[in-house]
Amino acid sequence: MPEQPLLLTVVTFLPLLSVVALLLLRSDDHAWIRRIALAASLAEFVVSLLLLRGFDSTNAAYQFTEYHHWIGEAIHYHLGVDGISLFLVLLTTFLTPLAILCSWESIHENVKGFFVSLLVIETAMIGVFLSLDLFLFFVFWELTLIPMYFMIGMWGHENRIYAAIKFILYTMFGSILMLVAILWLYDLAGTFDLEGIEQYLAVTSLPHTTELLLFAAFFLAFAIKVPLFPLHTWLPDAHTEAPTAGSVILAGVMLKLGTYGILRFCVPLFPKAAQEAAPAIGVLALIGIVYGALVATVQTDLKRLVAYTSVSHLGFVVLGIFAFQVTAVEGAIYQMLNHGVSTGALFLAVGMLYDRRHTHEIKQFGGLATPMPVLMAFFLFVALSSLALPPLNGFIGEFLILIGTYLGHHAWASWAASGGVLSAIYLLWAYQRVAFGEITVERNRTLPDASIRERIILVSVSLAILFLGVASPLFTRRIEASVNNVVERINQPETASGGAGTGSMAAQATIAPAGIDRTTLRTLRVRGRP
Amino acid sequence: MATAQLVNLHRVAPEWHLSIVGILVMILDPFVSPRRKRWLGWLAFAGALAALLAVHRAYDSQGMAYDNLISTDVFSVFVHVVVILAAALSILGSIDYLEREGIQRGEYYALILFATAGMGILAGANELVTAFLGLEMSSISTYILVGFRRRSEPSNEASMKYFLLGSFATAFFLYGIAMVYGALGTTYIDKIQALLERPGGIPALAMLGLGLIFVGLGFKVLIAPFQVYGPDVYEGAPTPVTALLSSAPKVATFALMLRIFYVSFGMASDFWFWAVWISAVLTMFIGNLAALVQSNVKRMLAYSSIAHAGYILVAFAASTTLGIAAVLFYLAAYVLMKVGAFLIVTHLGQRGEARLDIRDYAGLGSREPVLAASFSLFLFSLLGLPATGGFLGKFLAFQSALDAHSAHGTAIIWLVVIAAINSVIGAYYYLRVIISMYFAQPSTDYTPSSVAPALGVAIFVAAIGTLYLGLLPAQVLEFARTAADSLPLH
Repeated sequence: MPEQPLLLTVVTFLPLLSVVALLLLRSDDHAWIRRIALAASLAEFVVSLLLLRGFDSTNAAYQFTEYHHWIGEAIHYHLGVDGISLFLVLLTTFLTPLAILCSWESIHENVKGFFVSLLVIETAMIGVFLSLDLFLFFVFWELTLIPMYFMIGMWGHENRIYAAIKFILYTMFGSILMLVAILWLYDLAGTFDLEGIEQYLAVTSLPHTTELLLFAAFFLAFAIKVPLFPLHTWLPDAHTEAPTAGSVILAGVMLKLGTYGILRFCVPLFPKAAQEAAPAIGVLALIGIVYGALVATVQTDLKRLVAYTSVSHLGFVVLGIFAFQVTAVEGAIYQMLNHGVSTGALFLAVGMLYDRRHTHEIKQFGGLATPMPVLMAFFLFVALSSLALPPLNGFIGEFLILIGTYLGHHAWASWAASGGVLSAIYLLWAYQRVAFGEITVERNRTLPDASIRERIILVSVSLAILFLGVASPLFTRRIEASVNNVVERINQPETASGGAGTGSMAAQATIAPAGIDRTTLRTLRVRGRP
Repeated sequence: MATAQLVNLHRVAPEWHLSIVGILVMILDPFVSPRRKRWLGWLAFAGALAALLAVHRAYDSQGMAYDNLISTDVFSVFVHVVVILAAALSILGSIDYLEREGIQRGEYYALILFATAGMGILAGANELVTAFLGLEMSSISTYILVGFRRRSEPSNEASMKYFLLGSFATAFFLYGIAMVYGALGTTYIDKIQALLERPGGIPALAMLGLGLIFVGLGFKVLIAPFQVYGPDVYEGAPTPVTALLSSAPKVATFALMLRIFYVSFGMASDFWFWAVWISAVLTMFIGNLAALVQSNVKRMLAYSSIAHAGYILVAFAASTTLGIAAVLFYLAAYVLMKVGAFLIVTHLGQRGEARLDIRDYAGLGSREPVLAASFSLFLFSLLGLPATGGFLGKFLAFQSALDAHSAHGTAIIWLVVIAAINSVIGAYYYLRVIISMYFAQPSTDYTPSSVAPALGVAIFVAAIGTLYLGLLPAQVLEFARTAADSLPLH
């Protein structure tokens, strides 16, 4: 592995550095502000691709680590990447240029502030994915809130202030209890360093209630972010009121901060509590899948509809994680990427409609396929990926989750599958009402089709969708080692309970209880498409 | 003998620097023409800076001064730095404010310096009657300062209210001292500790005295249930005075409370823990809930001060060295963000403090981006968001409290959880101001005025300090820890 000592710092702080450049520009120089923001985000994407080059996919440990003292003995600047966070970072750096591009013409007021917010969010989100110190993690975690709060509140739609404050208060409520849990954990382990805490927890078993409370505090913070039913009520407001770029970032990356947190902290640090809570959480995830889908079906507002699909799709991810099977967890991570790209793309497309008509009402559309064949074709493609049509990306993720879940919980898998069917209903029905039929509103006849800029956006996301769909082994190969590591740890208490001692490596063969062996699974995963 | 006197003088160097410059300002005042009176402000500022340098001299010659009446230790030095900094920033913020309001007078600055000297005595007092002198010195000066807008009715009312209730509170404090003396025969803070450690338990009269001291000092730091007068006084006082009032006396009084409760009565921490616990919970809830419904920014910040006193009590309840360090760090961060916020309110209030409603701030984000951004920084810090001093203060407070759970059991864990929930409640009213500044339509009747250089410098220093404590707190934290270690706990 080539030595790239500062790569993660560069990846994290490059957007923040470009913010400084933006701040030096005159605030009415919109053209250059846009160009520099775009250039910076593209440069960031390229730099983040360097991670792939040096990444060792056989290694489950954190890579490219950086470790420095920060405050006192206990708080460190500790960064690292593994299979779980690698692609989430890439997802972030991939979506940010698109978010900038989609705001090219739709943001007129305080342009500088907008792009500054967007780039600060990028740094904060990448920081969350890469932090290996709980203090540092929390700093980045809270840092994501402020720019997003401004983004919704300043550039959002009619109800933006209500949505902004609801968003930030909900999230803060969760995170402040997480802070207490972090401090408690520090009190026990004597460090904020994730690896230090892992080592501590490997040799010490926490009292049962302590573990349960700590798990609950972390989980609450993440579940609000995901959002897991019934904590989802901030999401439709925030997504609907945010400007397009805000929705793309919110749905595309920010929700994954929650699922990432569950996978990085909740489950591996508190495996026993996670297993105890799994049945309840699984049921909530299932309710979310079905409920989100049903509510999405009856929406009259296109953006709200897409927002509710997130509740449903993220339910799949949570379900996959709490199935505690390698395949399901891999599927969950994969589905995070898929959802980021596909839902991000849906919001982008909806935003393009909004730019033309300044409404999200489905009733205001209809028959749009005639004036805008290109845009509508891409819209269909994106919708199909979101409803998990093979061989597109959504299918791989859902399929892995369903298979993995089925191994442990037949009932869960079958209920979750119904969510897959429902997603076809709401998305296709919505698409039908928007694209086909008679043109009911006269203005719609003359709407312009996708511009060059919009085509660039749509082609980029479509390529990503296709690539994630057909080249899944490229991704799962790099994810696998870290996932094995996590799943091992979660299943350890079971295996260890019969024998003695802790820290045994005996949990290799945790999956494949029901006649399906690992090789079969791997073939399924690799082929992944009919 | 002469050298002993000299050492004594070194140990109280900040106090006499402040007093001499204060007296100088008073003497010069009649000879300075009204148009040049602002120079007295600069003289007072120079005096505060000189006192800040004098703190260094005190640091170099630590020890007891004047027959153990005053203890110059690192703890006292830390508190001195914070208090004098708050005073210096307030003076900077006052110069142009007094000009604007047409009340430029020399005695204003002299009073700030005298008050600061009093607080300095509070910080170092090792004897309760000396502490009482410091308390009176700072209180009486601030009573007058609060009423300094003589023609303004709220200012007069505030001054009267503050004076009456403040005297009442000092009386409680004095009663407490008398009882402690009656029970133990001494008023020296360190000797009380030794007397209490003797077998036979703690005399009930001493505990009663401690209770009265808690009431008296509780008034001064605005903790529930003694906080009622606070918002009226803060609202009526001239805003730079509010900046001073909400910061420096609180710091000094908390310092004295730490000495009395931790050093003298550290033995009895199980006893006073519950008083502090209940008071902390009440203070946080009352401060935050009342702040939610305020539309006057000054009043809102006043209630927020109350809430912050509650967070400080959370660390206070820990009754460990870590707790002292957390309180000290919190106070340092709190002073910077609070003074900064009030100084911005000073500027935005405009002539006659007419524009204090939250709606008057509408559209500030686009009109005065730098000012709005700094105000946001202070509000975020008060709210406790990472990368600001306010966050780290809260973080350390919670951490020190959780760390003490072996001594206080689950009660203190619950206290932290309550504090955490309170900080989310608090988020709402800070964010309201930001909503008004950035998201609301600008009000039409507003003519921006440029920020006076002195005020601008003060705000800038407070903002940089807030960020510094949030991002690179290691040194100040180390300082706070050394200060905590310098207290002779039992």
